Amino acid sequence: MSAKQKNGITHEGDFYDEAALHEMHDTMLFIRRFEEKAGQLYGLKKIGGFCHLCNGQEAVCVGLATAADAKDYMMTSYRDHGHILARGTDPEAVMAELLGRAGGVVKGKGGSMHMFDIEKNFAGGNGIVGEQVPIGLGFAFSSWYKDNGRVTICIMGDGGINQGAVYESFNMAALWKLPIVFLVENNQYAMGTSLDRASAETQLYKRGISFKIPGMKIDGMDVLEFNKKMREAIEHARSGQGPILVEANTYRYRGHSMSDPATYRTRAEVDEWRSGRDPIARLQNQMIEAGLSTAEAFKQKDKDLKKQVAEMAKAAEAQPEPAASELWTDIYSDPIEGAYPETGKVY
Amino acid sequence: MNKITYREALNQAMAEEMSRDENVFLMGEEVAEYNGAYKVSQGLLEKFGSKRVIDTPITELGFAGLGVGAAMTGLRPVIEFMTWNFAMLALDQIVNAAAKMKYMSGGQYSVPMVFRGAGGSAARVGAQHSQSLENWMANIPGLKVVMPSNPADAKGLLKASIRDNDTVIFIENEINYGDVGAVPEGEYIIPLGKADIKRAGTDVTIVAHSRMTGFALEAAKQLAEQGIEAEVVDPRTIRPLDIDTIVGSVAKTNCAVVVEEGWRFAGIGAEISACIMERAFDDLDAPVIRVTGKDVPMPYAANLELMALPSVGDIVEAARVASGRA
Repeated sequence: MSAKQKNGITHEGDFYDEAALHEMHDTMLFIRRFEEKAGQLYGLKKIGGFCHLCNGQEAVCVGLATAADAKDYMMTSYRDHGHILARGTDPEAVMAELLGRAGGVVKGKGGSMHMFDIEKNFAGGNGIVGEQVPIGLGFAFSSWYKDNGRVTICIMGDGGINQGAVYESFNMAALWKLPIVFLVENNQYAMGTSLDRASAETQLYKRGISFKIPGMKIDGMDVLEFNKKMREAIEHARSGQGPILVEANTYRYRGHSMSDPATYRTRAEVDEWRSGRDPIARLQNQMIEAGLSTAEAFKQKDKDLKKQVAEMAKAAEAQPEPAASELWTDIYSDPIEGAYPETGKVY
Repeated sequence: MNKITYREALNQAMAEEMSRDENVFLMGEEVAEYNGAYKVSQGLLEKFGSKRVIDTPITELGFAGLGVGAAMTGLRPVIEFMTWNFAMLALDQIVNAAAKMKYMSGGQYSVPMVFRGAGGSAARVGAQHSQSLENWMANIPGLKVVMPSNPADAKGLLKASIRDNDTVIFIENEINYGDVGAVPEGEYIIPLGKADIKRAGTDVTIVAHSRMTGFALEAAKQLAEQGIEAEVVDPRTIRPLDIDTIVGSVAKTNCAVVVEEGWRFAGIGAEISACIMERAFDDLDAPVIRVTGKDVPMPYAANLELMALPSVGDIVEAARVASGRA
């Protein structure tokens, strides 16, 4: 091994090599620029409906994606762009989905909230708060049933964790020792309601205690720390010890959705997270300190990524809308000839 | 052919499908060690073991969602609701997840599963345990709704439902569980979406599903004594609805009575009546008549309960009016 290959950062005993660090950095920055572009296109009314951005939460997306195996299952709520991008889905297909185009990840039928990629074991993109938690339980049940060593990482927010379905799922997951990591992205606000206004127990990682589910709280603004602890959590689930609950302490820089000006929090609070704890700046500083890159190189990288995102968005926008015939597909697997009144005919 | 009960027919269907495909499992409250609240799963735990016949906590939303997720990975869950009344707690998973997953995922994920359990009015159990909710389910694109009216149909339709690649809402009838009928042994599959003419006739079409099919057949017997030959059509599958068979019958009889145990307002009868009007208006000699449950929560007192439900007499009277013999 040459000296150059040994370059990297050791975080709490774990070594991250140069290539892995660049990959993590570039993916986080790509997600940031992607979300900014999505916000811009929303402002231009080219993206419709609801659009929930994850700026600020990139370390959770990337720390998780790099901790999980490709065979592991993942599902989340409607704040899903960052997670599916980190999972490795073609970003043009994600952008095309936002734009309602034929080449979207789900053929333009889902939009921002419903991103799916079965090849990447990414099962949504679920629009009802907490809905993905019992579904994730089912994926974990399947792994137990088939004994195939796959772990499910089921992501919810600090709002979602208050749904009853979550506790029904906690109970069954613990009862049957299913291989699942419940990951709570605590970005401090459920829409406009701050954590302490919605939760009697604000230490969300403790919410599994009455189900004997161990909990971990992780700094979700530090990609290395998050990756390390997430690997431990996934290993816990994979080793047959049952579920584990992980709370990622993080922050979203934008409003809940594009229509939310976020007047429920102060500018100072946002700035404190943004300038003091930003996950991308943090990793950049660590890499510069370790002599792995320079501020100039990062600036150039940022320029390149912005250009890449702009070109990709342009290509996605140039795609056609879905064919009219798509209206009637993907409802049933095996349509019964002649039995459906839904012919599409307008009388 | 063996004569067995409706409950035994359902049990046979599940046992056969579980033997045939190891991806099929049964989950619900009291399905395993207790052998089922209505004994539909009698003996299955012993036969297939605790990995494939699973008792759940009382947590309908949770285990309904578990079924959806498991089905998305290719398993074929049969999720039992002790009764459909309790499935209301699981509506989000049925309506927002199971029914829409295929469409929302652009065809990537299918949800091949069966939600099954007892529906319809039971006896003397009051408002919360006695209701027909099939119209709620049938309104949702993405779901199939199946309701067998006799033991043979129960077996053939449940086997088809378990093999179906979509989500099937399979509503059994609590009062029919003990009914005895001839049921073919072994491979017996009734394709979904096909109605069955339970009795041929020329004078009036009576469309009835689930327990009401039996009522309609009894009414047809009484009508025959009065010289009126009724044709009884059992849709068996509410969605997709085999409207072709229904309008085919109306073309012959020129009049129709639609019977349902559920409430009148926005019920299945309203849909079938509208379909007949759209598809067979010129065949009709008289307006379609609906015989339905009364639009009231189910009362407990025996006399009031009886009044709330359609009766054989109601069907006879409606058929006489519809066919101009009143």
